[in-house]
Amino acid sequence: MTETATSHYKRPDVAGYAEVPYAEKERLFSEVKEDMRFSDYLYGCYECGICVAACPSARFYDFSPRRIAQAAAREDVELIYQQMQEDIWECSQCFSCLRCPRGNNPGGIITIMREVAINNGLASAKQAMEGYSRIIYKIMSTGTQVSPDMLQADAFPDWGPETADVSANLDLWRRALPSETMHTTNTGWDVADKTLVELYLIWFHTGALDMIEEIDQGLHAILQEVMEECLEDEGIEL
Amino acid sequence: MTIPVEALMRKKETFDRGEDRRALLDPRAELLKLEEQGEIVVQKIQGDVVTAPTKFGLEKRIQKGHLWHHKSCGQCGHIPGYSTSIFWIMRKLGYDYHDPKDQTSCTAWNYYASATSNSAAQAAVAVRNFAAAAETGYFPLIHCGTSYGHYKEVREELIHHPQLRAEVRDVMSKLGKELVFPEELVHYSEWLYAMRDEIAALQIRDVSAVKVTVHPACHYYKLVEGDAIFDPDVYGGQRTAVVTGLAQRLGADVRDYSTWFDCCGFGFRHILVQRDFTRSFATQRKIEVMKEEADPDVVLTHDTGCVTTLDKSQFAAKAHDRNVGVAVMSEAQFAALAMGAHPYKVCQLHWHSADYRPMLEKMGIDWELAWAEFQEALKKLDSGEKRFLDWDDVDE
Repeated sequence: MTETATSHYKRPDVAGYAEVPYAEKERLFSEVKEDMRFSDYLYGCYECGICVAACPSARFYDFSPRRIAQAAAREDVELIYQQMQEDIWECSQCFSCLRCPRGNNPGGIITIMREVAINNGLASAKQAMEGYSRIIYKIMSTGTQVSPDMLQADAFPDWGPETADVSANLDLWRRALPSETMHTTNTGWDVADKTLVELYLIWFHTGALDMIEEIDQGLHAILQEVMEECLEDEGIEL
Repeated sequence: MTIPVEALMRKKETFDRGEDRRALLDPRAELLKLEEQGEIVVQKIQGDVVTAPTKFGLEKRIQKGHLWHHKSCGQCGHIPGYSTSIFWIMRKLGYDYHDPKDQTSCTAWNYYASATSNSAAQAAVAVRNFAAAAETGYFPLIHCGTSYGHYKEVREELIHHPQLRAEVRDVMSKLGKELVFPEELVHYSEWLYAMRDEIAALQIRDVSAVKVTVHPACHYYKLVEGDAIFDPDVYGGQRTAVVTGLAQRLGADVRDYSTWFDCCGFGFRHILVQRDFTRSFATQRKIEVMKEEADPDVVLTHDTGCVTTLDKSQFAAKAHDRNVGVAVMSEAQFAALAMGAHPYKVCQLHWHSADYRPMLEKMGIDWELAWAEFQEALKKLDSGEKRFLDWDDVDE
């Protein structure tokens, strides 16, 4: 494969993302292949299309899990780069594609490709994170992904008038729950301080916090401040 | 383009799987082997156990009581009656449990949405929760289908990758914990399925007039497919038996539809920031197909995202005169109602969007009276008589 053989891929001027040297594309794909899960997720392709038939995203987007598996099997770094800049964020991560008779896991390959896109600050990753930062902040700083106080009519206008009812009665309705851990409004349940400290240490020691820095420096700064304060309170020095 | 043959040949050299999926290793036995080698600590099942068949014939053991509830952030946050119904059923059946504060989300919703994490972090989050459970002596029961599926994947990765075990052990040592994993990963819907006879024994409401369709949750049975309950007596063993097996045992009119294998359209990131896709898929591939083919009164499912997606997506579709309008809830809420639970104090149906009232009427429930009872109970909070309602209040 050489750069002269790329005429059937999108031209850089219409692609919507930066063209990079072929060697850079190879480097990105090598990061995908180096993931310990990669060899468990790809065994070849019968070209049967079962994964596409089962895929919800394929019905509504120009997206195909078969193309993902085939590009990875062929080590087609040009197409893989294009997919990392476009296709991977359309995947629903439902893993219906595990119906593959060959045992492939296109959704799993996409999980890895997304991680590499985040780690390298690709434009697609930054775009995908637009509007999503508050969710990352919520999960990483509180230990629960969604909270009751997210249910506001202006955030979910398409979910019906019940959302406004919940928002208007939130504190009262939460206190009416018989489960003693669920009276909270800004977290799914009452997470102990000690537990949060342990979660922060996991983010720190596994490099998850560094991933945030690559994709959103403002969010990283806020998270770091929140976590450092919490760890200091516990007398923990990193 | 020409396929580089050397790429395919290199791939062949890395094959590491049996030719027959049924020959896959039993993860339970592998965990015990690792424990013998001193690599991990396995939390064992204790007390009364129910066994259930899984897809390829291995038996799954489900501990009946003394359970540590690994809650779901989506359930607790947005569908609280889902969680309270699970607790309520367990209390009614007389099994003790622990509802921990020393628990985080599995964080997999975010991982599948944004990939802002990695294998080591995800495994460490799982193991931290399991270590917390083991410290209490209670055995984990996982409420969320995605947590359950993700933890099954984490288990596979820990079994097959020594370097991951080493990394997680190192992180755990910094927390003063060991690498702990439970002997079985058990989803709450498996527990409900295993307890279906005991649940039916306490049933006080007739649900035979209620037409039910079931949406099996992708992350329950598609991730690590071998460790999901498939029973020859339900769908001939061709689909997972949980949810359907319980609904049938309660006597509901369970009906079939053609797109049962399709996901709900949740999409993890889509439900939060790209909901046009979610709404379209949920209504056009699930709700409308069910309405056309089965005309259900309620869709029962067993995962956080599925309830949210199928329930919340119908409002906008209704504005476009689509063929929607079906109640959506977990089978835990449905079973609790059949056992006599209050629709608002326990099942918290006022948090749902699609109209559930016609279904309640088919169960013989006067929802207007029930709502008035709930409002009366709220007065205890408004007046300052109580700060919170408790389990005694909800059964008044």
